[in-house]
Amino acid sequence: MSKRKAKDAHLPIGECINQVHQILRKRFCHQQLPDKPEGVEAQHKHLAELLKRTAVHGESNSVLIVGPRGSGKTMLLRSVLRELSQETEVQKNLLQVHLNGLLQTDDRIALKEITRQLQLENVVGDRVFGSFAENLTFLLDALKKGDRSSSRPVLFVLDEFDLFACHKNQTLLYNLFDVAQSAQAPVAVVGLTCRLDVLELLEKRVKSRFSHRQIHLLSKLTFPQYLERVRDQLSLPDDFLDGKFAQEWNAAVTMLCLSRVSVARPSITPADLLDASRLCLADANANMLHGLSILELCLIIAMKHLNDVYEGEPFNLQMVHNEFKKFLQRKSNSMYNFEQPVIMKAFEHLQQLELIRPADGASAKTQREFQLMRLMLDHGQIMEALQKYPQCPTDVKQWAMSAFA
Amino acid sequence: MKYFTRLRVRRIYEWRGAALGFNRKLQTYEYGSLSIRVEGLPHSTVISAGQHILIEGDDDDNPYVARVVRLFADESGAQKKAVVQWYVRVSEVPPGKLKLLGRNPHPQEVFFYEGRSCEDEVNAESVLRPVQVRHLDAAAPFPVSEDGDIFYVKLSWDSRTFRPVDPSLLDASRPPCRSLPLSPPSSPPAAAPAPGGPARRALPTPDPAVMRGAMATPASSRKPGAEAESLHSLTKLSASKCLSAKRRSATCRTPGVRKKLQLSSPDDPAALRDDVLQQLLEAELEKGRRSAAAASPSEPLRITHSLTPLRRTSRTPGRHDDFPLTPCSVRRRESQSETDSPPAGDDLSSPQLESSSSRRRVALRRNHATFRETTSTKRKEVQTGTEPVLEVLDEEEEKNCALRIPRRQSALKVSSRIRKQLNLLDDRLSSDEDEEEEEFVPSRKELQSDEEEDDEGDEEEDEELKVKKSRRSSSSAASRTKQKTSARTPRKAGPKTPRTHHHATPSIPNRAQPARRPGNILEEARARLHVSAVPESLPCREQEFQDIYSFVESKVLDGTGGCMYVSGVPGTGKTATVQEVMRCLQHAAEQDEIPPFVFIQINGMKMTDPHQAYAQILQKLTGQKATADHAAALLEKRFSHPAPRKETTVLLVDELDLLWTRKQNVMYNLFDWPTRRHARLVVLAIANTMDLPERILINRVASRLGLTRMSFQPYSFKQLQQIVTSRLNKLKAFEDDALQIVSRKVAALSGDARRCLDICRRATEICERSAAQLVGMSHVMQALDEMFSSPYIAAIRSASTQEQLFLRAVIAEFRRLGLEEATFQQVLVQHQALCRVEGLQPVGVSEGLAACRRLGACRLLLLEPSRLGVLQRVRLNVSQDDVLFALKAD
Repeated sequence: MSKRKAKDAHLPIGECINQVHQILRKRFCHQQLPDKPEGVEAQHKHLAELLKRTAVHGESNSVLIVGPRGSGKTMLLRSVLRELSQETEVQKNLLQVHLNGLLQTDDRIALKEITRQLQLENVVGDRVFGSFAENLTFLLDALKKGDRSSSRPVLFVLDEFDLFACHKNQTLLYNLFDVAQSAQAPVAVVGLTCRLDVLELLEKRVKSRFSHRQIHLLSKLTFPQYLERVRDQLSLPDDFLDGKFAQEWNAAVTMLCLSRVSVARPSITPADLLDASRLCLADANANMLHGLSILELCLIIAMKHLNDVYEGEPFNLQMVHNEFKKFLQRKSNSMYNFEQPVIMKAFEHLQQLELIRPADGASAKTQREFQLMRLMLDHGQIMEALQKYPQCPTDVKQWAMSAFA
Repeated sequence: MKYFTRLRVRRIYEWRGAALGFNRKLQTYEYGSLSIRVEGLPHSTVISAGQHILIEGDDDDNPYVARVVRLFADESGAQKKAVVQWYVRVSEVPPGKLKLLGRNPHPQEVFFYEGRSCEDEVNAESVLRPVQVRHLDAAAPFPVSEDGDIFYVKLSWDSRTFRPVDPSLLDASRPPCRSLPLSPPSSPPAAAPAPGGPARRALPTPDPAVMRGAMATPASSRKPGAEAESLHSLTKLSASKCLSAKRRSATCRTPGVRKKLQLSSPDDPAALRDDVLQQLLEAELEKGRRSAAAASPSEPLRITHSLTPLRRTSRTPGRHDDFPLTPCSVRRRESQSETDSPPAGDDLSSPQLESSSSRRRVALRRNHATFRETTSTKRKEVQTGTEPVLEVLDEEEEKNCALRIPRRQSALKVSSRIRKQLNLLDDRLSSDEDEEEEEFVPSRKELQSDEEEDDEGDEEEDEELKVKKSRRSSSSAASRTKQKTSARTPRKAGPKTPRTHHHATPSIPNRAQPARRPGNILEEARARLHVSAVPESLPCREQEFQDIYSFVESKVLDGTGGCMYVSGVPGTGKTATVQEVMRCLQHAAEQDEIPPFVFIQINGMKMTDPHQAYAQILQKLTGQKATADHAAALLEKRFSHPAPRKETTVLLVDELDLLWTRKQNVMYNLFDWPTRRHARLVVLAIANTMDLPERILINRVASRLGLTRMSFQPYSFKQLQQIVTSRLNKLKAFEDDALQIVSRKVAALSGDARRCLDICRRATEICERSAAQLVGMSHVMQALDEMFSSPYIAAIRSASTQEQLFLRAVIAEFRRLGLEEATFQQVLVQHQALCRVEGLQPVGVSEGLAACRRLGACRLLLLEPSRLGVLQRVRLNVSQDDVLFALKAD
């Protein structure tokens, strides 16, 4: 280690690591756009042409970008917009309205937001005046007054498009698409959604007005391509301050190569990656088991056995207690001999942790001991947790393993 | 009772001396001076040109101030007229604008009026007495004087700004600096009249007797009450009878067209109309007598109107104007004044001539509109008798001419256009691209921009109107404004909602650079194929067009009301056809072939609540803003009570089903109003479902909707093909086969014209990218693929390994259970087993759940809410076969 330090005379290793952290965080956490879209060139071209025609020719369009989560829908749109904004003709003309289905949960809010972002004349400062109905007629009048050749085109970006389809009567969508289909101010409506069946959500008249252009973003990467992508993402750029460090880093990445990079170990190892993935994929429920008391764990095991016996039928506290008692009788030592109220308390605690939940249709009126419950854990999760449980009594472990109590 | 005191003072107006000359163009006699004698008093007052006078207005304490420019009488010598230069009193300037003055106005101060929104021709019989107007320098103080008859002028007012006035303007010898284009002897009528414009005036008057009769009334208007009234009614009777007889014969000549739909027009309209007419006239007479006898202070307006008969005799005063005898020709006159206004505006002292030209035009038009309205009803509102003789004559003539023109003209024109286009399609192959034919898209655009201009002008016009309004600012303002706007001209494409000037204007900012024009054939084709491009005509909907046209036309002609229900799946041209019909009808109304009408449209989707429909209708009809409840009450009143000069209202209700409420009040009212006697409302309702009346409407609503229904069938492939070719209009951008396959495919799926156009548009894009000249089969196929192929299979193929495994596990579990539903826990067991088979490490619960949720987010799987964890149930959203197919091909 000290040898390496001596070699990198240019920069202290700490500085380099800081730099690496910064670059990678920018890439991963701040959604820095890649220089050019990869793997989605066709879609990129399609969208860019479409938006450009709206901006330059004043042609109204509507399009949906569909793809699973994390497939790069927003990235695609943003990189297209970035590219378009480099053209002055577009930059000067295009008005943008960004809406998100999670933020604008109904048409009233969405309309206010549109009016605000367009800075129409009923906006004072950041506040929009007028009732819902007034806002709607105002916006529609505004759009109606425009015409293809003279007014500035408006780009509507509807993120989480499927949520807009849940609004009452789909008023907003109908009107946006209707504007796009009639000789009014030119608009481009771009919807982003991860639902493949989004068209079926649309009412038939709304659907008819939509142009049915969909850009599907489906990752078609094979493993080698995927690998390549990961490597590109992790590699340091050529203009990194310390050339030598960058080379070594990139070499390590090429070897295969996340976090936990510290001064002590200035490159990524496969083990780090595995660790990280394990962290990401950690099962919260299973982890919760680790914090339970022995009694609670025993109750869980009893429930598991009940599930095995009755094939997933719901159970109540009394059944669990009986099952537990059977185990105690066999062991004949009174180590786990608890009073009924204690068991009750443990049972309630499990319910609070949502490890068990009341079965459907179980009314709250029934006495607590007889309320039907279901276990929210899988067999495997319990076993796995038992393995890791610190100082788990062997007999409990054995009881859990045995097929029948 | 101010009113009676004024009545008692009866002035007698006489010309002094013989006529100075006779203006042959205008058929007027010019006079030098006029003497006014008050009945019972010996001395008389003389008014001559250049003198300042007071003119009777609606406020007795503040009569209008003006300077006489010219005195003249019409051909028969009965009507005494004066052209005046108005002065505006302080009270007539809108209070908001007084601030511009920057000081407190003097009570005797008047402003030289330079605006154009006031008629400068007045009835000479409204002149009260001469008055003195003195010019003062802007800086000079007002002299202290208690004489109420001396006014001081410092500034001029053009309805927007105050300006120092040029003393020479006040000079009596100066010719009028502005006047109505037709009135001054110096300005001849437009030399080259627009077609259908003033040229028609040159036609021989069809029935001079009628016209004379109509013209005669003003002379009699000064005779004592009862006599005047009866005479007035008599002339009215004869004139209107003649006219209705003419009209009848005109209608009879085109019987087949109107009866096409067997709609509710009466079998013998002539007989019926006569009866109605008789009734109405009798009622009118009766009413006149009654109100004259019992003049109560609560009804001053009614008294006024009964005592001061109308100049325009063909128009029944009061509330009983029900027969469509009065086609208004505002549009026509507007166009006329448009052609005339530039020369007249040249000597206008406004500095921003260029910018104000359009505004002026609009102001002029509005001027006419309000003017007509005022003359038709109450004397008190009449701009102190500003009645240009010519216009009356003009209008009567137009009406008669219009009646003789076959009313089906515009419809015929349209069908001929359609026919022409079909012919074009036939010989499309023989002749290549025709430059002229290609031009229709741009020309359309010009039209639109023209309209734009009008709209822009509209707002400023409101401002100018303020002055006008303040002139008439007395009681019952609400009812009058209502009438005023209702008398407005038919609008081209749906009326724009009028706004008050202080309100924010809805508009999208204009672009910095103009939009690029289509550069090559493909771009041109794309522009034409865009759904928004308005085609010259609507092919394939000729029958529907005819039916709707004749329905609305017959209702407008008869002045009755009715409902029509139009249904059809989306994209079959329902709204487009109805709008096209209205365009044609409005064109016909402009040409005076049918009485004018008001067209408004509402859309169930474009309102937030069904009850908003009332507010929107009211606003589009009258410009009033009201809450939904209040609007409903106002509309109810409007449609159930007779009103003078009511025009037929054509209401297009799009997306009718959205107006459904639990009690169906909105729908009930919409369909009930047309059945009212005085409503004159035609409702065209559009919805998607054919059996909407049976399905969701309760009986009383369905019954009122009636049986006049029309359903638009989805387009057949031939029709779709024709639509596309007619839009392309000989632009050779598509292979024939390619077009055919698109049409066939769309026709088989939905028959939605929008879809067809969208696919063609997309195909041009694909073609452009592949650098081909002509859109061929392959491009079209690709576009079809993009639009119609289900994304599911592609999505499954591109899913990750674990997701694919999970799908397989779901199918395996379904097979095991024999059900189409399983809990996640069950599927997970299968999944883990599959992993082992595939030689992968079995997934944990969280990984499996993650895969499951990803699939759920794409809606490949349908999931229960995720809080159920491992217990959530899983279903497939695609068929098992699709999944297996997609995974097998892998």
